[in-house]
Amino acid sequence: MNRILKNTAIAVAVMGVAGVAQARDQIRIVGSSTVYPFASYVTEEFGAVTEYPTPVIESTGSGGGIRLFCNGVGEGTPDISNASRRIKASELERCAENGVTDVTEVKIGSDGIVFAQSSENDELELTLEQLFLAVAAQVPQNGELVDNPYQRWSDIDSSLPDREISIYGPPSTSGTRDAFEELVMETASEDMEAYGGEAYTEIRADGAYIDAGENDNLIVQRLSEDTDAFGIFGYSFLEENSRSLNAASIDGVEPEPEAISSGDYPIARSLFFYVKNQHADDVPPLYDYVDMFVSEQMIGEGGYLADIGLIPLPESEREQVRNTVEERKQLQASDLE
Amino acid sequence: MSQSFDDISAQLKRRHRKSSRLKWISMGALGLAGLFLVLFFADMLSKGLPAFQQAYIEVELDYNEDAQRMGRAALDPEVSRLVSRSFERLIPGMLRDDPGLIGTTEQRWVLADSEVDQYLKGHRSRLSEDERETVDELVESGRLELQFNTTFFTEGDSKMPERAGILAAAVGTVMTMLVTLAIAFPIGVMTAVYLEEFAPDNRFTQLIEININNLAAIPSILFGLLGLAIFINFFGVPRSSALVGGMTLALMTLPVIIIATRTALRSVPDSIRHAAFGVGCSRWQVVRDHVLPLATPGIMTGSIIGLAQAMGETAPLIIIGMVAFIPDVGASFTNASTVLPAQIFTWAGEPERAFVEKTAGGILVLLSILIALNAAAVVLRKKFERRW
Repeated sequence: MNRILKNTAIAVAVMGVAGVAQARDQIRIVGSSTVYPFASYVTEEFGAVTEYPTPVIESTGSGGGIRLFCNGVGEGTPDISNASRRIKASELERCAENGVTDVTEVKIGSDGIVFAQSSENDELELTLEQLFLAVAAQVPQNGELVDNPYQRWSDIDSSLPDREISIYGPPSTSGTRDAFEELVMETASEDMEAYGGEAYTEIRADGAYIDAGENDNLIVQRLSEDTDAFGIFGYSFLEENSRSLNAASIDGVEPEPEAISSGDYPIARSLFFYVKNQHADDVPPLYDYVDMFVSEQMIGEGGYLADIGLIPLPESEREQVRNTVEERKQLQASDLE
Repeated sequence: MSQSFDDISAQLKRRHRKSSRLKWISMGALGLAGLFLVLFFADMLSKGLPAFQQAYIEVELDYNEDAQRMGRAALDPEVSRLVSRSFERLIPGMLRDDPGLIGTTEQRWVLADSEVDQYLKGHRSRLSEDERETVDELVESGRLELQFNTTFFTEGDSKMPERAGILAAAVGTVMTMLVTLAIAFPIGVMTAVYLEEFAPDNRFTQLIEININNLAAIPSILFGLLGLAIFINFFGVPRSSALVGGMTLALMTLPVIIIATRTALRSVPDSIRHAAFGVGCSRWQVVRDHVLPLATPGIMTGSIIGLAQAMGETAPLIIIGMVAFIPDVGASFTNASTVLPAQIFTWAGEPERAFVEKTAGGILVLLSILIALNAAAVVLRKKFERRW
């Protein structure tokens, strides 16, 4: 009740002097839908155990989040942007142009992208190249690029099951799709002569790859109905549905926490958030929240976030992250190369 | 040209066959629509009803020194895994507020973890075999049971499914709708009154009329973009607040109210107006004392339906930041808040299985509110409607 009274008082005060930049108590966060489940867990905890209001998180996607974040400094702009990839040099540049010059990068853990099917099927071993051949729009045949002719897995390699290729995956607006294109498509195509060393990221549109929307739950649901199909989604959804799904191993590595965190599993990426240090004085709880996020009870082994599917960083790296936060280390364009 | 009697009766037969075929096809269409509706409700009810029950567990709380830092220390390690973390994390705060508790013990019913809840409801659960045995024993001895889920109605959103509730979203919906109504109703009704009673019928008013009809058919997400550009970026209304949400939805509801009001005004017979003019009333008196009161039921019905439409809207709210994780009940119109359909949308994307029933439960609540509103519109119309 006290908090409500206090908020009302603050709101009235803010309205009274509308237009003047004001300190605020509520942190504003935007960004990646992959980081969202973890960040919202921390914000809720933060709201429950401190006297500050629960920070507001909008799930806008990594790119959309960074765009809002870099719009400028001041009350109306977000304090933190979550990202399921590193900020790009061009984005940091735009930040600086708009006056957002002091940004700290915080790495919170890793996430693996899994290629999974209903557990009624036998487990499957794939190579990155086979996976690429199943989803690419054009594939090499006798040294030439032709429209993807593979309709069944056994067409790609006779050791694979004789099942129709049918893959539910994220749409092009999703960060998971970006990561999939980068980690699977680019990596595999760069090694193939037919593409001339260029990265090829076109995904087939003949019906074998099905855009299943941003909602990973839908993909999971469809896999239990359509047992021939595969789905592409984040590791946390695999863990939550471990009884009904099994994931293919890629290049002989199963998507397991250790393999994802060490980078042995080839489709793994790091998760980040970016803090606008220029807001630290106007938004008093900002670094209390960041400190809580990087604490051992959250991102550590067996921490709360590991329970809901975050893959923790190795211990030394966690220590390093805490140092970065302590120093509020400013991210430089040169760090991104 | 003359037709024989046989020709005519054959033609008649054909026409009868045609009309009976049409009848069967349209009955089939109705049946199909009804079937979809029944399937939808059956699915929602079977998934959503469990959300109104939640597992509670009776534990002995031992407020020792350690519990001041780690809430879990107050619990017997045997059952601490079964208790919701949303309760554990409150213990240090309770002890801080009331130091007299330290050193005492207490028996208390508290929220159980969602895995326990899912196990009791016969859904998939990640409990280990040992934990399942403990749960079974506790159920046997009456210390663990499904109770009515008050938390669902008294708490806001949470990452822990057992504690997630719709209060914050419900309050947000009420506040947003208040803003919408406060803006759209007076402007809409006055616009309609002007267009119907005062405005001359010329090119300009015809143009306005076409535009209003067009606006009513515009995809709602465009109103979100408009709200972002005008209200947030230009006027600086706080993002995600009930105020900006209400203003944006008001834009969307305006044409509906205008059109409904105009229809209601038009259905008031001219003889009433003529009679009032005849006894020397001014135009304003005619409208205020005679036309408006007679048109009120129609205006109310239209407004309620417009409001119900706005209440179920999510798309424009995504753009202005109301689809977000907002567990606190918004304390004022400028605080961040969310609304019921946005809450349902957020839950539908959560990975935890236990959120499936929350999603369906939220849909049931939203549906009941919408049905109540639409029923109110029907009752109003039936009760006050006058036939001329």
